[in-house]
Amino acid sequence: MKIHEYQAKEIFQKYGIPVPFGKVAYTPEEARKIAEEIGEPVVIKAQVLVGGRGKAGGIKIAKTPDEAQEAASKILEMDIKGEIVKKVLVTKAIDIESETYLGIIVDRGSKKPVIMVSAAGGIDIEEVARETPEKIHKFAVDPSTGLLLHQARELCFKIFEDPKIATKSSAILLKLYEAFIKSDASLAEINPFVVSTTGEVWALDAKINIDDSSLYRHEDIEAMRESQSIGTDEATEIEAKQKNLSYVKLEGNIGCVVNGAGLAMATMDLIKRYGGEPANFLDIGGSSSPEKVTNAMDILLRDKNVKAVFFNIFGGITRCDDVAKGIIEAISKMSISLPIVVRLTGTNESLARDILTLNQVPGTALIPASSMAEGAKKVIELVKKTVNK
Amino acid sequence: MSILIDENTKVVGQGITGRDGAFHTKKMLEYGTKVVAGVTPGKGGQKVDGVPVFNTVKEAVEETGANTSCIFVPHKFAVDAIYEAGDSCIELIVCISEGIPALDMVKAIKFLSDKKVKLIGPNCPGLISPEKCKVGILPGNIFKKGSIGVISRSGTLTYEIATHIVSTGLGISTCIGIGGDPIIGLKFIDYLKLFEKDEQTKGVVLVGEIGGQDEEEAAKYFKEYCKKPIVAFIAGLTAPPGKRMGHAGAIISGGTGTAKEKIEAFEKVGIKVAKEPEEVGTLMSMQI
Repeated sequence: MKIHEYQAKEIFQKYGIPVPFGKVAYTPEEARKIAEEIGEPVVIKAQVLVGGRGKAGGIKIAKTPDEAQEAASKILEMDIKGEIVKKVLVTKAIDIESETYLGIIVDRGSKKPVIMVSAAGGIDIEEVARETPEKIHKFAVDPSTGLLLHQARELCFKIFEDPKIATKSSAILLKLYEAFIKSDASLAEINPFVVSTTGEVWALDAKINIDDSSLYRHEDIEAMRESQSIGTDEATEIEAKQKNLSYVKLEGNIGCVVNGAGLAMATMDLIKRYGGEPANFLDIGGSSSPEKVTNAMDILLRDKNVKAVFFNIFGGITRCDDVAKGIIEAISKMSISLPIVVRLTGTNESLARDILTLNQVPGTALIPASSMAEGAKKVIELVKKTVNK
Repeated sequence: MSILIDENTKVVGQGITGRDGAFHTKKMLEYGTKVVAGVTPGKGGQKVDGVPVFNTVKEAVEETGANTSCIFVPHKFAVDAIYEAGDSCIELIVCISEGIPALDMVKAIKFLSDKKVKLIGPNCPGLISPEKCKVGILPGNIFKKGSIGVISRSGTLTYEIATHIVSTGLGISTCIGIGGDPIIGLKFIDYLKLFEKDEQTKGVVLVGEIGGQDEEEAAKYFKEYCKKPIVAFIAGLTAPPGKRMGHAGAIISGGTGTAKEKIEAFEKVGIKVAKEPEEVGTLMSMQI
């Protein structure tokens, strides 16, 4: 789960990481008031979950409250990579002496938390990793001891010449580690971590991604989600998750309903390979009750681009006849006018096919397919016909 | 031969009295797996399908000689089940449970690292050595004994591919679902090592997906050490970046972990990559 910068900064403050004073504004007038309160030059920052907001014009400096209001009016409602800006962070501007990078990830390779520091701060760290990987210093933490003071110091002495700054920064790196562990983050970074012209250190930006699997024990973080994504594709994805479905919307017109994440991805890939465009990723998981199928169809059909649906079910432990019953029950309830191609393979597949042929629902075309490839080809043909009509 | 499990494997089911635990214990017994014990704290003395239930794994191991644990415990308690198995002289832990926080796994794996125990999963369907033993939730009926090892990050996609391997007339030595989480126990290269030494195995099918660098590592390992051919399939060519595709570990982050990169890494070292699941069997028969 991604959270906004201002939310990540709230977490930082809880752990004693210095963050410049700031508040969130939802209107230009509010931005003006906050700027007045600060009484010094401020930075207006779009609060969006996508990256690259700086390049998109989502960050502006304002010297006066007037300028702050104007900047906020430009940034609010801005479309940054498909995300509409609903709020801005108005924060005290800092005179920057140097910019560095401090970050922590859960590293899949070493199976440990890995600390990354770099003197090349303020720019996209992935770009640094690609272009000049030697500028990033890494350290894999032993999870049984956690990050130790001398380890943090050693890393900070690699990126700071001034011993005072290096010492100060290592204390902050330890706090970042604590915030990372206690929040169950998968990533926590300060980019840029700045030294001001007056010798203070600040987390100018904050990014924290939380491990979704840990949210059951972080109600406070889960609550941050509510204010984020109403009416967006992401809101639908979250709703799907609450119904034990895994859904990701794509741009195409062939709806996919699949059991299993790997098979669901392979289904999308196959549709694309045969010249179609998948409308979504949708994994209905192991047990496929009629309710699950109905929920899946409900979510899928909110996407008005969908012209046909492809059920690709490999019944291993799941019985195909159960799934077939679920499909019939779901479409009888929902009056669906789109054609549905159904591929059911595995346990009780012939029984399942009988159920589908004997219980045709008027108005919904159910087309059987005997393999994944055949199903993909059939559904693409159907969509071509509908589009050409 | 086969790897990790065979007719001598003795299984203890952790969480055996739960809905999934009981259901799959029955399926494992039907397949011929020696499920010798179950564990549910507080339910010691009961029986599930004739299998005695104990309060602790230690007790189960002492009484029955179980050497492999299969974990069906709900996610909040699953990591402790891993620790308990690790503390009880178990040789192989197969963790089916899904939804364990990554940082919990980081600690658990560190804990297991100085013990003689292997961990498969979490968030995996388990493994099967056809006609000998299955541990987990894979559907036994689709597998036939033979000479192909299968390692996969997925569940149903593995079954799909196994079906195509079997339909080309080949069989399977051992098939393992290694888990869909970012932090898992054994990884592709660990299994490649085992298959390379296994006499029954003549070739390996590797089913990968977006996220992480394990496929790239496997490609490097293959180039250095493997004599047996590999056929690969990678899911997620159409997956958008930054989105988790069902599995916690299936995410393209920071532009890395794409299917394209993985396919290129394999092809660069001479591993054939199937363009669709149906091709896997045919490509493998041409290789061996």
